[in-house]
Amino acid sequence: MARDSEDPEMTKASKVKRQRKKKTKDNKTRTVHANILYDYSKGEENPNRHYANNKIKTTKYTVLSFLPKNLFEQFHRFANVYFVFIALLNFVPVVNAFQPELALAPVVFILSVTAIKDLWEDYRRHRSDKEINHMDCLVYSRVERRYVEKYWKEVRVGDFIRLRCNEILPADVLLLSSSDPDRLCHIETATLDGETNLKQRQVVRSFFDLDCDFDPLKYNGVIECEKPNNDLNRFRGYILHRSGRRDALYKENLLLRGCTIRNTEEAVGIVIYAGHETKAMLNNNGPRYKRSKLERQMNVDVFWCVIILLVMCLFAAVGHGLWMFQYGDKRPVFDVLSPEGTDLSPIMSAIYLFLTMIIVFQVLIPISLFVSIEIVKICQVYFIHQDMELYDEETDSHLQCRALNITEDLGQMQYIFSDKTGTLTENKMVFRRCTVAGVEYSHDANARRLAMYQEMDSEEEECTSHGGTLPRRDSVTSHQSARVVLRSQSTKSHRRTGSRAEAKRASILSKHTAFSSPMEKDITPDPQLLDKVNECSSQMDFMRFHSQPMSQLPSDLSDIIDFFIALTICNTVVVSSPNQPRHKVRMRFELKSPVKTIEDFIKRFTPSRLTSGSNNSSSSSLITNRSSNKGCSSMLSSPSAESTLTKLDEERQHGSLPHAFGPVPPYGYDRNAWNLEEGELRYEAESPDEAALVYAAKAYKCSLVGRLPDQVTVELPHLGKLSFELLHTLGFDSTRKRMSVVVRHPLTDQITVYTKGADSVIMDLIKPPDTGNSKGKRQKKIVNRTQNYLNLYAADGLRTLCIAKKILSKEQYACWLQHHLEAETAIQGREGLLFESALRLETNLQLLGATGIEDRLQDGVPETIASLRKAGLQIWVLTGDKQETAVNIAYACKLLDPEEEILTLNADSQEACALLLEESLHYIQAKFLCSSADQTAKAFHGHFAPFDIYPSSSPSSSSHAAPFMVHRLGLVIDGRTLAYALDKSLEDKFLAVARSCRSVLCCRSTPLQKSMVVKLVRNKLKVMTLAIGDGANDVSMIQVADVGVGISGQEGMQAVMASDFALPRFRYLQKLLLVHGHWCYSRLANMILYFFYKNAMFVALIFWYQFYCGFSGSAMIDQWYLIFFNLMFSAFPQLITGTLDKDVSAETLQQLPQLYVNGQNSEEYKPYMFWMNMIDAFYQSLICFFIPYFAYADSDVDLFTWGTPITTLALFTILVHLGIETKTWTWMNWLSIAFSIALFFTVALCYNASCPTCYSPSNPYWTMQRLLQDPLFYLLCVITPVAALLPRYFYRACQGTLFPSPVQVGRQLDKLPAETRRNILSLSRVKVGSPLSPKPPFLSLNKPSPKGCNKKDQRSFPSSKTSQGPVSQTDNQSRRSPLGPTDSEKGLSDIYTLVPSEIDTLPYTKDAPPLSEEPQPPSTKDSECPDKTLETSNLSLSSWITSTPLHTQTDSVQLNLPHNGDSQCVKYTRNSEERLQSDHTVHPAQRTEQVAEQSLHTTL
Amino acid sequence: MMASSYNAKDEDGHITVTGPGGGTLRSKKPENTAFKQQRLPAWQPILTAGTVLPAFFIIGLIFIPIGIGLYVTSNNIKEFEVDYTGVDMSSPCFNCSQNFSWNSTTPCTCTIPFFLEQPYESNVFMYYGLSNFYQNHRRYVKSRDDSQLNGDMTSLKEPSKECEPYAYHDNKPIAPCGAIANSMFNDTLELFYNDPNGTKVQIPLTNIGIAWWTDKHVKFKNPGVGEANQNLTTAFQGTTKPLNWRRPVYELDAAANNDGFINEDFIVWMRTAALPTFRKLYRIIKSPSNGMMPTMPRGNYTLEVVYITTMSKNLRQNLFNQLNPDYPVRSFEGRKRMILSTISWMGGKNPFLGIAYITVGSVCFFLGVVLLIIHHKCGNRNNSADISN
Repeated sequence: MARDSEDPEMTKASKVKRQRKKKTKDNKTRTVHANILYDYSKGEENPNRHYANNKIKTTKYTVLSFLPKNLFEQFHRFANVYFVFIALLNFVPVVNAFQPELALAPVVFILSVTAIKDLWEDYRRHRSDKEINHMDCLVYSRVERRYVEKYWKEVRVGDFIRLRCNEILPADVLLLSSSDPDRLCHIETATLDGETNLKQRQVVRSFFDLDCDFDPLKYNGVIECEKPNNDLNRFRGYILHRSGRRDALYKENLLLRGCTIRNTEEAVGIVIYAGHETKAMLNNNGPRYKRSKLERQMNVDVFWCVIILLVMCLFAAVGHGLWMFQYGDKRPVFDVLSPEGTDLSPIMSAIYLFLTMIIVFQVLIPISLFVSIEIVKICQVYFIHQDMELYDEETDSHLQCRALNITEDLGQMQYIFSDKTGTLTENKMVFRRCTVAGVEYSHDANARRLAMYQEMDSEEEECTSHGGTLPRRDSVTSHQSARVVLRSQSTKSHRRTGSRAEAKRASILSKHTAFSSPMEKDITPDPQLLDKVNECSSQMDFMRFHSQPMSQLPSDLSDIIDFFIALTICNTVVVSSPNQPRHKVRMRFELKSPVKTIEDFIKRFTPSRLTSGSNNSSSSSLITNRSSNKGCSSMLSSPSAESTLTKLDEERQHGSLPHAFGPVPPYGYDRNAWNLEEGELRYEAESPDEAALVYAAKAYKCSLVGRLPDQVTVELPHLGKLSFELLHTLGFDSTRKRMSVVVRHPLTDQITVYTKGADSVIMDLIKPPDTGNSKGKRQKKIVNRTQNYLNLYAADGLRTLCIAKKILSKEQYACWLQHHLEAETAIQGREGLLFESALRLETNLQLLGATGIEDRLQDGVPETIASLRKAGLQIWVLTGDKQETAVNIAYACKLLDPEEEILTLNADSQEACALLLEESLHYIQAKFLCSSADQTAKAFHGHFAPFDIYPSSSPSSSSHAAPFMVHRLGLVIDGRTLAYALDKSLEDKFLAVARSCRSVLCCRSTPLQKSMVVKLVRNKLKVMTLAIGDGANDVSMIQVADVGVGISGQEGMQAVMASDFALPRFRYLQKLLLVHGHWCYSRLANMILYFFYKNAMFVALIFWYQFYCGFSGSAMIDQWYLIFFNLMFSAFPQLITGTLDKDVSAETLQQLPQLYVNGQNSEEYKPYMFWMNMIDAFYQSLICFFIPYFAYADSDVDLFTWGTPITTLALFTILVHLGIETKTWTWMNWLSIAFSIALFFTVALCYNASCPTCYSPSNPYWTMQRLLQDPLFYLLCVITPVAALLPRYFYRACQGTLFPSPVQVGRQLDKLPAETRRNILSLSRVKVGSPLSPKPPFLSLNKPSPKGCNKKDQRSFPSSKTSQGPVSQTDNQSRRSPLGPTDSEKGLSDIYTLVPSEIDTLPYTKDAPPLSEEPQPPSTKDSECPDKTLETSNLSLSSWITSTPLHTQTDSVQLNLPHNGDSQCVKYTRNSEERLQSDHTVHPAQRTEQVAEQSLHTTL
Repeated sequence: MMASSYNAKDEDGHITVTGPGGGTLRSKKPENTAFKQQRLPAWQPILTAGTVLPAFFIIGLIFIPIGIGLYVTSNNIKEFEVDYTGVDMSSPCFNCSQNFSWNSTTPCTCTIPFFLEQPYESNVFMYYGLSNFYQNHRRYVKSRDDSQLNGDMTSLKEPSKECEPYAYHDNKPIAPCGAIANSMFNDTLELFYNDPNGTKVQIPLTNIGIAWWTDKHVKFKNPGVGEANQNLTTAFQGTTKPLNWRRPVYELDAAANNDGFINEDFIVWMRTAALPTFRKLYRIIKSPSNGMMPTMPRGNYTLEVVYITTMSKNLRQNLFNQLNPDYPVRSFEGRKRMILSTISWMGGKNPFLGIAYITVGSVCFFLGVVLLIIHHKCGNRNNSADISN
């Protein structure tokens, strides 16, 4: 086929060659020739000379370009332009206020500080560039005819490089040769995408058959490929040999720069992209810059400062004009004429003065504010980095701040959007249970074992349980709930099951690869299933020896064996041996490439092959005889693996297996033996579920022992090693949601497709069973049952996967293969074609079974969520998982409370969705209207406490602003409904519903939807959003949110790369937000306010003076002081305070998450505070001005002898002001203040002694010295700050006593002795009186019983009838009992499925025994609505899962619905996606009656 | 096997390579130091009524005595003030302040009698006070050349641009240049003691020591001081006097060490006042050396103001060449005063600071009481000790 298109391609290539001569860049492709053909790599003829070389330069500047470029960049900031403008204004003689050179000083200082920072960063980049550029690699030299060491920077496109194991790739290299017998090369891409597993790369096909080493001199190809791009997962092109042969190139042939060669002794390749054109470099984005909320707010106030400045200048200008005017024609002597001797009219003077005043008052716009904020933020980032509690020992990683300038946003979050998998959960999959051929194997022993792990774990940890969570062990019965509770207690990861040392070692080992933890690896098999497996395989063994066709095997047994084979081989798991994890175990029987051509296929599938095998005599594709095992193990590449495998064989021969036939003790099952064996093979999987499944299969003795590109070897009991010829692997993709392998079954010799995928997809692809025969009936039964179990698994929060198979006839296969090969070789649209090809194959499958894998919650997730919620954060979980799984995980991590009601929105159409939202809104309003009103009323009667344990019921800022209250409601919405709800017309309603719910769970959402939700909430609600996720699917969400947090987990680094902060674990979010966020916010907010105050206060001094100098723009403060005051004298203390001040200790902040509300409501920096500060500043400056004024009135004091004390006073006042605002005084604070004062006096003394004739006009020679001898000076220095700060000090004291803010109460709590504090915090929640309460119950303690909370809640919901508790409990029970099915809901317009879930206390109670009832995913039930114009099928069923014991509320649903009565049906369904059973539907009439009754009670 | 690790640099995604010694895994674990973990020992004051109370009382208790002391000190200072502007017809100086009656050849003198109620002991300082005179006007303040005043020869010949338009006159540099110098106060004040027996005794006035020592000896220097022919006239050769001056700068005072730029009246004038109403030290009346007699006994005195002709060559047309009899303050509603004052350690008479101290002290005390009440009413519940109950 390739040959057909040879000639046109050839001509095209030559054309390309010609074109290249003109201009390479015009081409859409890049052509790479080997440099070996040309004399000098830089020579004129070299066609590669246009391509970038491998020298990288990430620096922004060169020596020459630094100044202009840096200045240009800095002038992008408006403030800088402003200050430069003012400085330049000073050069205009008419308006100048200061010495022009001096006026330039601050601007130059600021600019140079920034420039030096940039320069330093650039230098760092330069150094690392240099280091990288000077790394060594082996490049083939034409002259020396061997590989010589060269620097990376000398590598050029077209060079041949030899790479050795563990070397880092210097450039993007096309793999031409590998020492690996399979022509493979393994690379680790952790530095690129963070994925720690090894990836296989293949030698270009035309070099595949080379027997000897690759000789560059013989290379004669021309490579045509794409232009450099940044898509790591795409590379297309072809190589053209002189022979005319053309071979396609894939991304599998390309080794990317920055990756590390693993497992491969040696590889040779040709450089395709070098330097900045490599994919790694193209993907390299710098840090991101966001503007924080605080900074936005600050900019508004900077704007106000500008207004104030202009007003002041205008005032002065008008004043000056009038002042001039009053003298009329008689010009007084002190009104100096212009230098030219001309007279200035008052108006002109006023105009000039206006400009002068802008210069004089420029300090009002805090020039150093921006720089100071940057410095403080860098320090904050440093401290966050240094926090030990944010350091994860296992992964040896700590928090990374990738965005340096939004630290304070962390303290202002209001909404958290979280991914589920890998963020809330470990993304460590543990096989839990499975169903095969419709039979469920519950794996009780396995569950017990997992529980035991927990127990061991928690015992190992000394009781470091969190204060708040008290053990509730007695309240739960099932082991699974126990596990949850236990886990919640242990603060350490469950992965540290073994000794610490072991864990450490494991962590070191796992640093580079995703090895599974022991918990994932040892799985206790279900005895029943194990029996069946053994029985089955022994039968097969028997049949094989007796040459019976395998089809005689009973179908349930064959299903079982197929199931495990599918688990084993339908994946991309790489097997490696443990001692040298980088070297895979090689179990080679036959060297053969996958089927690539039809001829090949025909040739290989001739019957003769079955018996004789290929030319390789020692092996055949059918490894059945045990004798050959030794032969194959001798081919092991690694000696250690070899010996272990031999041992393994022997062990098996000695009959270690048969004892598996006996009854299996629950967990005594040969643990040691297993551990021993398990230590011998390691599985490296791309996704953790794959590994979990392989380990699961291994527990059933069906273990994967080797994988080659064309062959998978599986070891089965009795049957020994079977090698499956791997014909094709159709990899997993998120659209298909499944993967398939096409293998030739060694026993039956059938071409079999094994497919593994999401249940929703697989179930649709199952061949509709032919109900005619018994087999079909059985199939149908299996499908139904499996679906039931799948639902059950999902309800348990397990991840479900379906396993199916399909047997292809040769003809079918050949037909498919033809298309597939076409697709594979296509250059244009290859992905699409392959996708279609896969779709064609994966049809009419036969269901084998399903698995349930548990994705374990991360440590501390429930606690973190609880505490974040207490902090007033709304937590939304956006996940791609299915609804049931998501809901259950949500329960497990306490996102949903069993006591709260859940609204579930599932709609099939836009209209249905609209209707549903409408209903929900009505429902919420009706239900909570009175209660919320009552709540508010209560709040104002003093019972309300801002420190309520449920801030959701407290009036947070959002609820004040809007009529929405956050209720104890959970909202669950699926992806499809979400898509409708995010429509422009519905988004407001959706938000209205969602924001009144305490927690929102979006399931089945796509990455785009995730980001849309975040964007919607962020833009519409004007709230601060944080998105946290770990995978590539969270990237868009992370980027949209105000703060994006990436979990540096196992799913790669994309999320981290996109994030602003990267955390090792979810639970660190708590400290990051509650402690660091709070600190950063309050520090910066206070610092900014202080800055405004400081500048205004200082400038106002001069403003007041204008009244006494004829508004002439004169300043009594020496220009040096004026200009350097901000920069030098008052800068350090505020930086120290801004960096180190802690309003509340970290412990208290974590124990009282309620303090976080402080930042959410921007309580440290509200708009009015700016004005209050301004007023205070003006007051203080009045004091600082007029006390010296009166003290020196009508004296012989001269201008600057009077001004200098004022400066000193202002400095003292400003510093003491800072002292009042400083909450934590460390030695650094003292030192900085002392330093500031000392610096001022030193500078003043030196300055005043330095030059008797300079510094015109002030010429302050000996002024300070004289002042220091003057007692009046000291008297002023004492009284003025006291008088100036008296109001503030008094206000602070009163506030601290009369209406302390929560933060202040927290600080008081800090002061208590440690034990007392712990007692208070752990015993109960702390109430803090609200300022509105007449009798503030400052810190009053409630009874520490959880009942107290309940009671409180009931009080806060007066509509709920507390007395009805037990009654409705029983009612709830009775509802659950299945009632007769009904179809009468047809024709009813609105269908509400009231589905009380079984989840009364904890979701896990129903785990162990299979319940008589299935879980109840709301089904999509078609219904007609004759009375509406909606399409019949569109208006699908909405269901409200009311899974709570808040029964009365449930009832009130019905009461308050707009269309109740006949048009309504209330039913209880146990429905599932295939709509098979509506068994438990309550008769609607009956139901409404019930409701009516109930409602009667309610209204009474 | 060479092990090298390749790390993505965390901050800017920049790739750096840790050297071949990467085999030893260096933990990134942060150091557990008090500073890095933000656990520095700290004093954490909480501002509540209870904690702040003592501060208010202490401030009150300290300030009030200081204030009283200051007030008493200020009251002990004796001060006497005479306005001789001559605005009123009745004023003795009215005539001299009017243009018409003035004859350029004879100086106009006005005599103002006054009576000191108390004897003035120790040195008495004699000031002239001007009001509404904006010596602090921005352009006025700048209009000087410090280098010239420091005796720099080049600046003498080429005054700084700041002096414009008072830098050159008739193409000659003005010495001293600038508006400040040009507008120098030039009334001559003389004091006479009217003996009870009728004789009029002139009180000796010292014009030495009225300027800052550093000004006289460091900042202000005559040009060509170190040169052989120490003649001021030659030193100032080639310069011209300021327009409003009657005599050149080297004829300000006959006394050897008080002439030229280092004339103390001149130096005092050059120190521009901070506020539009100001006084400047004019003369010192030294206390008699025997110390038995008060410097100025109680009795009748006469102030004689001698107006020296000033030729106002203001460049303004209507005033050009108009001859001004006295130091002109009437154009800007200014006032001229003569002040006699004794001084104490805290300077001249000014009761303000004492009052301020007393007021602030009292306010503090009052606020302290308020806080005490607050503390007793509400503070108890807030007392941290009670939380534990």
